[in-house]
Amino acid sequence: MVEWTESERAIIQDIFSRINYETVGPAALSRCLVVYPWTRRYFGNFGNLYNADAIMTNPKVAAHGTIILHGLDRALKNMDNIKETYAELSVLHSEKLHVDPDNFRLLADCITIVLASQMGKEFTTDMQAAFQKFMSVVVSALGRQYH
Amino acid sequence: MSLNAKDKTIIRDFFKKISTRNEEIGNEALSRMLTVYPQTKSYFAHWKDLSPGSEPVKRHGVLIMNGVFDGVSKLDDLIGGLLDLSELHAFMLRIDPVNFKIFTHCILVVMSMILGEEFTPEIHLSVDKFLAQLSLALAERYR
Repeated sequence: MVEWTESERAIIQDIFSRINYETVGPAALSRCLVVYPWTRRYFGNFGNLYNADAIMTNPKVAAHGTIILHGLDRALKNMDNIKETYAELSVLHSEKLHVDPDNFRLLADCITIVLASQMGKEFTTDMQAAFQKFMSVVVSALGRQYH
Repeated sequence: MSLNAKDKTIIRDFFKKISTRNEEIGNEALSRMLTVYPQTKSYFAHWKDLSPGSEPVKRHGVLIMNGVFDGVSKLDDLIGGLLDLSELHAFMLRIDPVNFKIFTHCILVVMSMILGEEFTPEIHLSVDKFLAQLSLALAERYR
């Protein structure tokens, strides 16, 4: 069971209340596809992903980035049971999508970096700590049903 | 994942641009690492003050960033150029190389924080590759 302090809960709710999903989602996914090019293997039907410009302007990438970020909402609402909350999603990523779970960590890092870019100095050390803890719990839950 | 010509150009230009902020970046990155990854504090038990922005942290942040900038000047042969630094880390400091990845992540977060949109995905890619190569060079003499 993950233990959250009151401060961590407050920070995480605060961060998500400030995020512009339509900006952060697309920016994070496209950054992931640029910085870790092997992640493009999962998006064969997204069209042109051959270079950074194509990726950054690809509408399918943008749409999917927003979807992924909204996927975090359920964890946000169920912080004391993220494992159960994502059990089905974990099975989906394992059995149907066949995504190497290390990619969850890569994307989580990109989300963190985009957040830092958006929030600048407001992204304090404590906020980074709480957010990365939250993301690592999400990442772990998503990888849990792999066998 | 070695550095191609485009990476090297990006790295040289980028680090020249941020050369005046190396103290700021070093301090922020190290402070963050010690808080976000508390296990890293185990290497600094001999310091009086491990809090973010403290004197030892600030001084050490500069030291590390100077090493990173030194790496930029040795881009064409990181392993050869950093042999001494590698021996220091291998035989004296004996820092588990997994921590190089952790610190790299903190540097990237800080760069993104202070540069915002200027820290483009392309620059991020080249800097990540460079810091990974730097880490490899640092670990060269470990075993």
